[in-house]
This record gives sequence, C-alpha cells and structure tokens, in this order.
Amino acid sequence: MVFRISNSALGLLFVLLAVAPAHAGELNDLYFGEAIYYARQGQFFEALERLDTEIWQHDQIDEPELDSLFVHIDDAEFSLGDFELRYRMHHRAGRAIRAVLEGAVDEVIRNDAAYRLARIHFQKQQMEDALLALNRIDGEVPHSIRDDIAFLRANIYLAQGKQLESVEVLKNLQGSDEYGGFAAYNLGIAYLQDGQRSAALEQLEKAGQAKTDDPSELAIRDKSNLVLGTILLEDNEFERSLQYLNRIRLDGPFSNQALLSAGWASMSIGDFERATVPWSILADREVTDSATQEALLALPYAYGKLNVHGRAAINYGRALDLFSAEIQKLNSSVDSIREGHFLEALVREEIRQNKDWVIRLRTLPQTPETYYLMELLASHDFQTGLQNYLDLADLRRKLKTWSGGFDAFEEMVEIRADHYAPLLPEVDEQFRKLDSRMRLRFAQHKMLVKRRDDLLTMPRPNFLATPDEQAILGRIEIVEAQIAALDVSTNEKNLRRLKRLKGILNYTLRTEYHERLTEFDKNVRGLDQAMAMVQDEYDEYVRIRQAATHSYVGYGKPMRRLRAEVQQSAEKIEQLMARQGHLLEVLAIEELVARRNHLENYGDKARFALADSYDRATQAQARLDDSP
Amino acid sequence: MSNLLCCSLLLLLAGSPISSTAQELSGDSMRSLDGQVQAIKSDVLSIASELNTLEERLLFPSHTQISLFVSIAEDDEFRLDAVKLEIDGELATHHIYSFKELDALQNGGVQRIYTGNLTTGDHQLNVTMIGKLRNGKDFNESSSFVFTKGVKPKVLGITLAGPGFGTNAIQVGDW
Repeated sequence: MVFRISNSALGLLFVLLAVAPAHAGELNDLYFGEAIYYARQGQFFEALERLDTEIWQHDQIDEPELDSLFVHIDDAEFSLGDFELRYRMHHRAGRAIRAVLEGAVDEVIRNDAAYRLARIHFQKQQMEDALLALNRIDGEVPHSIRDDIAFLRANIYLAQGKQLESVEVLKNLQGSDEYGGFAAYNLGIAYLQDGQRSAALEQLEKAGQAKTDDPSELAIRDKSNLVLGTILLEDNEFERSLQYLNRIRLDGPFSNQALLSAGWASMSIGDFERATVPWSILADREVTDSATQEALLALPYAYGKLNVHGRAAINYGRALDLFSAEIQKLNSSVDSIREGHFLEALVREEIRQNKDWVIRLRTLPQTPETYYLMELLASHDFQTGLQNYLDLADLRRKLKTWSGGFDAFEEMVEIRADHYAPLLPEVDEQFRKLDSRMRLRFAQHKMLVKRRDDLLTMPRPNFLATPDEQAILGRIEIVEAQIAALDVSTNEKNLRRLKRLKGILNYTLRTEYHERLTEFDKNVRGLDQAMAMVQDEYDEYVRIRQAATHSYVGYGKPMRRLRAEVQQSAEKIEQLMARQGHLLEVLAIEELVARRNHLENYGDKARFALADSYDRATQAQARLDDSP
Repeated sequence: MSNLLCCSLLLLLAGSPISSTAQELSGDSMRSLDGQVQAIKSDVLSIASELNTLEERLLFPSHTQISLFVSIAEDDEFRLDAVKLEIDGELATHHIYSFKELDALQNGGVQRIYTGNLTTGDHQLNVTMIGKLRNGKDFNESSSFVFTKGVKPKVLGITLAGPGFGTNAIQVGDW
C-alpha cells in the first residue's frame, strides 16, 4: 500500500515517542531529538554541536513562537548545560545552567539546574558556591534527584568539616534505595570525623551488615567492615578487629587489604599459625598489589615466629625472586613510559570502546606500565588529566579529518565554477529576453483582472463585444459621422437604418452580457492558473539560478578562514596534548619509581631475613644432628 | 554519583606513594591545563558548527535537499534491528542498529538517517524495518509513501513501531 504524505500526518508523529525523563512529553523538534540521540550514546561533542546550532538558529528567528524548538527551549537550554557538563566543559556548563536558573523556567527544571550547578562547584572544590546553589532549590523537586541533592549536601558539609550538619542529612538518607549503603557508610565516617567514636563504630557495623546483591553496595559493605576492622586494629582490639575483617568477601575489591590486616591482627595476639592462613592466600594473588607484596614478606616472618625457618627461608627466597622480577618489570615500565608507549596505549580505540578499559589496559601486551597504575588511574586529578588527554586526542582526530576535507571542498567548488561560469552569461542573456516578455504578459494579465473586477461593479456591455461586433460598432460610428456631413433628407433615412443596426447590436450585447461576463471570468480564472504556474516556474528558475551561483561563489573566504582556524587549533591541541601527556607520564613515572623504591626496600629486608632464616635453619638442623 | 562517592570513599584510603607536594603541584598543573582544554573544546565546537553548515550548503543545496529522520515509538514488544530506505526504487540507506543507537532511540533520540539531493516533484519512499519480537520471532514490515519535493528543503520524519500498531507500524510525516 502506498500512502500519501501530508502535513496532517504530522500530528500523528512523535506523539508516542519514548523520551527520557529530562525531555518528557511530545517531541516537536527533530534537531533537538538528534542532539539527544548523540548524547544518549555518549557522543557529547556531536550532541553539543547540533544543539548549539539549533538554539542559535532559534534565537535568530523573528517570531520564535513559530519555531518547532519554541516549546522545548527551556529543556534544550538545560540540556545544553547538561551536555557541556558531561563533556567536561564546566565553565560553559556553569554559564548555561546559570542562564536557566535566571530565566523564567519551570520550577522543576530550575531546581534540577540548581542541583547540577552545585555538582559543578563541588567537583571544582568550591564548597561555598555549591551550597549556595543547593540553597536556591525551592518548591517542587524532581523525584529522581531528591536523594542526589541530599547526598550531595551531606558530602559538601563533610568537605567543609561540618560533620554534625552532614550527620543530620545522612540520617534521613538511610532508607534511600539509591544511596542507602553509601549513606550508611558516610554517616559512620561523619561520626568518626566528629569524634563520636562509639556512634561511628555502631554505624559502620550497621553499614557492614547491609543485606544487598548490588555489587557497589556489596563493595561499600566490605569497605565499612574494613574501616571498622582497621580502627579496632589500631586501637589494639585485635579479636574484635578480626570479627569484622573476616566479614569481608574474599573476592571483593577490599579483600587483599582485609587479608593483610587479618594476618596482622592474628600476629598481634600471638596466633602466628592463624596469621599464615590469610597471608598464604594473599601471597598467591596478583603480585603487583601492594598488600600481596607485603604478605610475601609477612608470611615467612610468621613462619619464622613458628620456628619453621626452612619454610621461612624458602618463602623469603620466593619473595626476593618476585620482587626482583617486579623491579625489573617496573624499570621496563618506566622506560616504556619514557618512550611514549603509555600514552599510545591510553588512546587505543579498541580499549576506549570498552567501559572497563582501565582494567583491560592491564591485559594488553606491550603495556607493562599500567600494572602498577591502577590506584593512580583512579585518582581524581589523574582522571581529569587523562580524560582531557583523551578528549584532545579525539579533537585532534576530528581536526585531521576536517583538514583533509578542505582540499576536496575547494576542488568541488572549482569544478562547479568551471562548469557554471561559462554557461551562466548566455543563460542570463536568454533569461533577460524572456523576463521582459514575461513582464509584459504579467502586466496584461493584471489589466484583464482589473477589467473583470471593474465590470463586476460597473457593467459595460461594449467591453465584452466580440472583435467582429467591435468592428461593426466602429463602422457604425464612422458612417454616423459621414451621414452627419450630408443633406438632411438623406440623413434621416440612413440614420434610422443605422439606429436599427446599432439597436440590434446593443440588444445582443446587453442580453448576452451576463453570459459573456461569466465566460470572460472563466477565461480570466484559467489565465490566473496559467500565470501562477508561470510565476512558480519563474521563481524556481530564479532560485536555481541563485543556487548555481551559490554552489561555487562565497566559499573561498570562509573556507580559507576555517582552514586557518583548524590549523591553529590543531597546533594548539598538539601543544596541550604534549603538556598534558608529559604531566601524565611524570605522574605515572613518579608512581612507578615510588613503587620500585618500596620494592627495593622490601627486597633488602627479604635478603637480610633470608640469610637470617638460613642461619637459623642451619642451626636448628645442626642441633637436630647433634642430638642423640 | 561516582565522583561524590569516590570523594567519600577516598577519605580513608591508604595514601599513594607519591608525595603530597608532588600531588598538589600536579593537581595545580592539571587544573590549569583543564581550563585551556575547555577553551579549545569551545573553539573546535564552533569550527565544527560552521564547517557543518558550510558542508551542508555545499553538498546539499537547499532547493534539492532532503533529510530523513527516524524515531521509534514506545513498544516493549519489539526490538528494531535494521532499517532500509529506498527513494524511487533506489537504495538511499540501509542502517543496522548497534545497542547504543537503539538505546538512544528508545530514550527519545531521533536519528538523521539520510541526507541527500532530490529533484522537485513527486517521489516514492519505501521504508522497510527489520526487527525481533519479544518472543524471539523475526519481524519485517514495509510501507511505501509518496511525497512531493518542492523548492524548499524537504524534511521527513519516520516513526517505527512494532506489530501492535497494526497498519500504523511505519508512519511518515512531513516536517
């Protein structure tokens, strides 16, 4: 079946669109929808580019209420700020969101904007401003961000050292679906920072027993138990400490630290055998982890305490071998970073397609430098620098592509100029002739329309006489004049005859007047249609003629300017990437060197302890041999 | 949420081996660079916008330009896999959707699937969508529409839905 598309179909469209909560309702503007399409895929550059253009065009319109974006303009401006925020353009995002806040917008949108502005200030560590932004929230708050606002407020208070205020907010968040576990943990930390030790321990214990299947909540539960266990360990409450450390999952992100601390807690109460259990597990784990490295030394230390010096010596030997291998690896990593491989690995496209790309870096060949950088990669400053470096790499790629396109555009313009430039003068000449003929016809048409309109108000039968009738009427007038010049007797007779003739003609003209006027009107209407078609074709020709010129004229200057801007931006990006990359490399090398120094220190200890264990093992063997 | 959480979580995390002075210095440098990166992003966005406008003018003059947009109706029973568009019997585009693209469409996104040039007058658009139903069965639907291209740029919106919408599974509207 073939359907005819008409404007009436418009109403049916997009009514049923599934839209994001921020853009709820019927979507009337396709270009705004296109920006959302890119934003939902995380392509914020493309989303911003389109939405920026759409809003700019909307602002240029004389009657914006007729534009399809009009009904969405508040939402679009809000989204602009949101996209800028997500594209890490905090300066522009702040401006855009402030504009929304100051505009006459819906209460819900204004409150959402205030929350986002507060987040920007929080991320920039401007706590006073963040709080001011939150305090602007008034009236109806979108349900989806109510807990976000409270959690942010609590964190701002914590960062400002206002623990009591934070405690009050966090208490109200304990039942939150989204933040329950995190709020419980943070409440414990707030108590702790406020010096309320027993309340902190009680709260952390509660947070450490949360019932959940959510991986991030499970992690925060482990974290609560780890903090609780560590506090008790530092307070020499070793048995109690063990109780909490043992609650931590063995496959969670805090298990290594928990195993290490559990071993030390057992050691502290003199239960050396029990200490070997978590440390044995830990010593077989990923060797780059600092807890594992400590366990490699701690395990033989425990065996030494158990007087199993032979086993202690073997484990010290193993630790020494592993530390040497790791030091070697770290040296290679430092060299690799200095050769630029770290930055090359970071910008690999296949890695960035994966949301767990930081983890995957470890598994890639030729990127040993990432083994020891997980903590560094997770730090806020490094993340900011890294994201900026990746964004710059993206921009560089875009600019390179655009730069390559200029030659093609210029060639296209040149080909068009070569094609049209010789043709157009002749076409213009022909058009000029045609144009003058058309103008004449348009004038004639106009005159006929006027005559028809005049006849409707003031009947003039003679005007509708046929050419023959007009000729007869003319002839009668001539004969009348000639008769008037002759003698009277002849005149009277002839005049009577002429009068009769004229009377017959006038009778015909008057009796057929309405019929003739109808026919005349019908013909004029037919002519109207024909003239409208001619006018359309004329207009189309004019547009096409303009388009022919526009297809090659007026590109040179903007293209040259854009080429220069692309070139300048590319140079600037190269400089920024070099500086940003260097900073990342320096940080990575510092981290690796610090880890290497740490391992070298461990190696020295292991070497000394190995010798000591051999001595003790030999002495023990000698004593055994000497015994009867 | 992750940043906020991160801040709280890191309160008690063991410190990095890097000295605090080095961290402060690098933090200052990072922040200074961050401002410059934001400025260059703004510059490049402005270039992109201007370049796109210029490119559109050059490649798709307004009197011949036609743009086709695709959106999908809210329909849990149906998953869109691909769309094929033909204009006057000629293949205009055949798009296979990635998970991210589909998610974007399901959340209010509108895809500009095709931009091209057409002469003025009547044309026929054939829309074919291929997808899967919730029960795993394949779902195919095709419809043809006639539209008139005038001297102004033509914009058509195509809305796709599952079999629950009957004969309205594919709708095309002038914009």
